[in-house]
Amino acid sequence: MTALRLYVAQRLTAALMVPMIAVHLVTIIYAINAGLSAEEILSRTRGSVGWGGFYALFVICAAIHGSIGIRTVLQEWTLVRARGADVLSVVFCVTLLILGMRAVVAVVS
Amino acid sequence: MTNMLSVKIWRGGSEGAFTAYSVPSQDSQTVLDVVTWVQRNADPALTYRFACRVGMCGSCAMTVNGVPRWTCRTHVSKVAKDGALTIAPLTNLPVIKDLACDMEAFFDKWQRADGRFVPSKSRHDAIPAIRPDGSKRVAADEAIECINCAVCYAACDTVTWNVDYLGPAALNRAWTLVNDERDAGQKSRLEAVTADGGCLSCHSHQTCHELCPNQLNPTRSIAGLKRTAASAWWKGDVR
Repeated sequence: MTALRLYVAQRLTAALMVPMIAVHLVTIIYAINAGLSAEEILSRTRGSVGWGGFYALFVICAAIHGSIGIRTVLQEWTLVRARGADVLSVVFCVTLLILGMRAVVAVVS
Repeated sequence: MTNMLSVKIWRGGSEGAFTAYSVPSQDSQTVLDVVTWVQRNADPALTYRFACRVGMCGSCAMTVNGVPRWTCRTHVSKVAKDGALTIAPLTNLPVIKDLACDMEAFFDKWQRADGRFVPSKSRHDAIPAIRPDGSKRVAADEAIECINCAVCYAACDTVTWNVDYLGPAALNRAWTLVNDERDAGQKSRLEAVTADGGCLSCHSHQTCHELCPNQLNPTRSIAGLKRTAASAWWKGDVR
């Protein structure tokens, strides 16, 4: 993948995440108004296609955005160079996707 | 009694060390005057580079008290701390000897960035009219006065971290050509500056802008390259 594609992917995912983070923060403040419990959270998320889709998209964006950033950090600040940084950032991306999607499935299903 | 400056100057190659000299202080004395005094009066073997002495040639850049500067345009009174000066070669470039750096990598990167004009007309064609107040001409004018002194290159953290990074000067040069309506090398240049180590590696720290002796803003030029590249990607012109 070229540097330009990675650049565009990182900017596009950032642009998507900005409004999503706002929605997430507002939801947190709204959700704790009536006390915070697992039961209350799950009642909102279980079976919800909307929340499931929202957080699934957020996880995908965060995994792509973060792993491109990690690739740069590895290349500039560690002894890992181009190929090694590519491999490690892909591993990081896949790990974030698995952990994130597992969490989404846990609260939606 | 003459006031004396305490001057430390880098001697040797990359494995060298600082040597201390005592140099007479004078009115309106530049850092280049100090280095020249040392070579003429204390140590004829001191190696350094200069040519015009008036801020036109870009040869005499060195690290003065930790900051890259043109030594010919830097007054000692502006930078000396309690009469002390530490003068070293530019960073981010290999040291040949004492204060002289090997500039080869710096100029190679101008070539890698396609920093040369590609003609689109022959001598038989009419000279194209470029309006001085056209937006592209104005953008090129803002970046055109670079004299290749490498102060920005030495100041750039990204160059330090990534040896393949083209650096502010080469990318600034590419930006002037991107805005040259007579140039026929746009696609190849855009591919060159968006490859690994190109404009997309810039972190926008703006040290190049802060320290450029000509008050240029390479960060703005690089941001322009990023916008042009993203737009060209969207249109499918580069991948």
